[in-house]
Amino acid sequence: MSVQGLAARYASRRRRNGVAKGLSLAATLFGLGWLVLILAALLWQGFSGLSLAVFTQMTPPPGSSGGLLNPIVGSLALTVLAVVIGTPIGILAGTYMAEYGRHDGLTSVVRFINDILLSAPSIVIGLFIYEVMVAPMGHFSGLAGGVALAVLVIPVVVRTTEDMLTLVPNALREAATSIGLPRYLAITRICYRAARAGMVTGVLLAVARISGETAPLLFTSLNNQFWSTNLNAPMASLPVVIFQFALSPYKDWQALAWTGALIITLAVLALSIIARSLVSSGKRS
Amino acid sequence: MVDVALHGGALASDKVTTRAKAIDRLRLGDAAFRHLTRAAAVGVLLLLSGVMISLFAGSLPAIRAFGFGFLASERWNPVTDKFGALPAIYGTLVTSAIAMLIAVPVGLMIAFFLTELCPQWLRRPIGIAVELLAGIPSIIYGIWGLFVFAPFLQQTLQPFLIGTLGNVPVIAPLFSGPPYGIGVLTSGLILAIMVLPFVTSISRDVFEAVPAVLKEAAYGVGCTTWEVARYVVLPYARVGVIGGVMLGLGRALGETMAVTFVIGNAHRISVSLLAPGTTISATIANEFTEAVGTLYTSALIELGLILFVITFIVLAAARYMLARIERRIG
Repeated sequence: MSVQGLAARYASRRRRNGVAKGLSLAATLFGLGWLVLILAALLWQGFSGLSLAVFTQMTPPPGSSGGLLNPIVGSLALTVLAVVIGTPIGILAGTYMAEYGRHDGLTSVVRFINDILLSAPSIVIGLFIYEVMVAPMGHFSGLAGGVALAVLVIPVVVRTTEDMLTLVPNALREAATSIGLPRYLAITRICYRAARAGMVTGVLLAVARISGETAPLLFTSLNNQFWSTNLNAPMASLPVVIFQFALSPYKDWQALAWTGALIITLAVLALSIIARSLVSSGKRS
Repeated sequence: MVDVALHGGALASDKVTTRAKAIDRLRLGDAAFRHLTRAAAVGVLLLLSGVMISLFAGSLPAIRAFGFGFLASERWNPVTDKFGALPAIYGTLVTSAIAMLIAVPVGLMIAFFLTELCPQWLRRPIGIAVELLAGIPSIIYGIWGLFVFAPFLQQTLQPFLIGTLGNVPVIAPLFSGPPYGIGVLTSGLILAIMVLPFVTSISRDVFEAVPAVLKEAAYGVGCTTWEVARYVVLPYARVGVIGGVMLGLGRALGETMAVTFVIGNAHRISVSLLAPGTTISATIANEFTEAVGTLYTSALIELGLILFVITFIVLAAARYMLARIERRIG
C-alpha cells in the first residue's frame, strides 16, 4: 500500500474515532437531559401549588381548594406496614442464604427466584394480592395495600442482606465460635452489627422503591376521598391520588397531582441520597 | 466433713445440670433460628409460586371460555363478554421494541463515554445522575409524559415524522394519521427514557470488568479508542450487555403507570405508530377496578398471567446471562 493510502486510511480511522467520541458525548448529554427536563417540569409545576394547606387539608372535591393530607398519611401508613411485614422476612431469608445455607441448593434457587421477584411487574403483584386478600375479604383495604407493597420490599431486603452478610469477614464468625457463642448469637450479635449500615441501606432502598409504586395499590388499597386510618377500609395514597387527579379534567385537581408528584420525587431522591451516603460512610470506616 | 462433702457434691452436680440446661437452651435457640431463617427463604419461593398459582386460578374462567383463541382474538367487548388479548400483547411488544431500539445504542454509548472518555472527577456525578433517573417513580414519568412530553411531540416530532417518513413508500403506513400526541410511539419513547439507566449502569459495570491488559494490548498495536471499545471491550462484555438489555426489556414489558397515562387505551391494532393503542399492564390498570362480571375480571387476570409468563422468561434469561459473565470474571 502506498504511503498516501496508509495516511488516508489512518485519517479515516481517526475521523471515525472522533465521530464515535462525539456521539458518546451526545448520548450522555441526551440521557442527562431527560433528568433535567423532568425535574425542571416537576419543580415548575409542583412548587406553585406547594403551601401549608397541602399538608393540613383533605383532598377536595373538584372545584374547591384542599390539600393532600389524607393521601400523605395513607402513604406513610402503607409504607410503614410494608416495611414492618417485609423487612423481617427479607432479613431472615437473606440470613439463611448467607449464613446457614451459603453453598446449598436451596440458596441458589431462592437467589434466582428472588432476582425474578425483584424485577417482576408490580401490577402482577397487585393482581396476586387482589386474588388472595381482596377477593376473599370482599372489600379493598389498606392492609391489602400494605401486604402488596411488602411483597415488593422482600426481594430488595433479601438481596442486600445476603450481599452484606457475605461481606462480613469469616474471622469474626470464627472468633465468636471460639469463645463458645452458638451460631445464632454469633449471627444476631456479631454479623448483624458488622453489616448494619448495608442492611439499613437495603431497607431505605426498598422504601424508596415502594413510595412511588402505584400499580399494586390500584386494586388493593384503592383510594379514599376522606380521612381514614382504618386498615380494614380503602385507604388513600399519594400515587393513586396523583393517578386519579392527573387524569381528571379539573385544573385544580391536576395542580394538586403535580404537587403530589413533587413531594414523592423529593422523598425518593432524599431516601436514595441518604442510602448512598450510608454506604460510602460504611466503606470508609 | 461428710456433710460438707455431700453438700459440695450436690452443688457440683447442680452446676452440671444447669450447665447442661444452658447448653440445651442455646442448642434449641440455634435450631429454632436456623429453621426460622430457612422458613423465610422457603417463603420467598412460595411467594413466586403463589403468584403463579393464584393468577392461574383467577384466569381459569377465561381460559375455559376462550381457550387459546384468547391469544389470537382482537375483540375486546365487555358488553358482550367477548375478550381477546392480541391488541394488548401487540402493544406491549411494539412499545418495548421501540424502547429497546432507542435505549440500547444510547445506553451503550453512555457506558462507553463513562468508562473510556469521561474525566475521572466527572464519573461519579454522572453515574449518580443516571441512577437517580432510574429511581424516579414511574408515575412521575406518566404525569410528565401526559402534560409535557405528549403535547410537545404533538407539535414537533409527530408532524415532522408525518411530513418526512410518512412519504417514504414502504414505511409510510407506520407514520400515517393525525398527530394525537399520545399513542404507541410516545409510550415507546417514555419507556426508552425509563429503561436507559438500566442498560447504562449494567453495561458500564461489565465494561469496567474487562481486564486492563486486553485494552492495553489493543492500544499497544495502535487501535483508536473507538476501535478498542468496539472490537475488544464490547465482544468481551457481550454476554453481560445482553443480560443488562434483557433486564431492561423486562422492565419495559411490565411497566404500567407511565404507559397507562400516554397510550390512549384503545383496543385495536393500528399499523400507525402515532395511533393510540394499549398494553397488557395499561389495560389491567385502566379497567380492573371497573370490571364487572366474573368473565371480565378473569380475562384481565389472564392478561396478567400472560405478562408474568413473558417477563419471567425474559428475566430468567437475563439472570442466566449475567450469572455467566459473573462466573467468568469472578
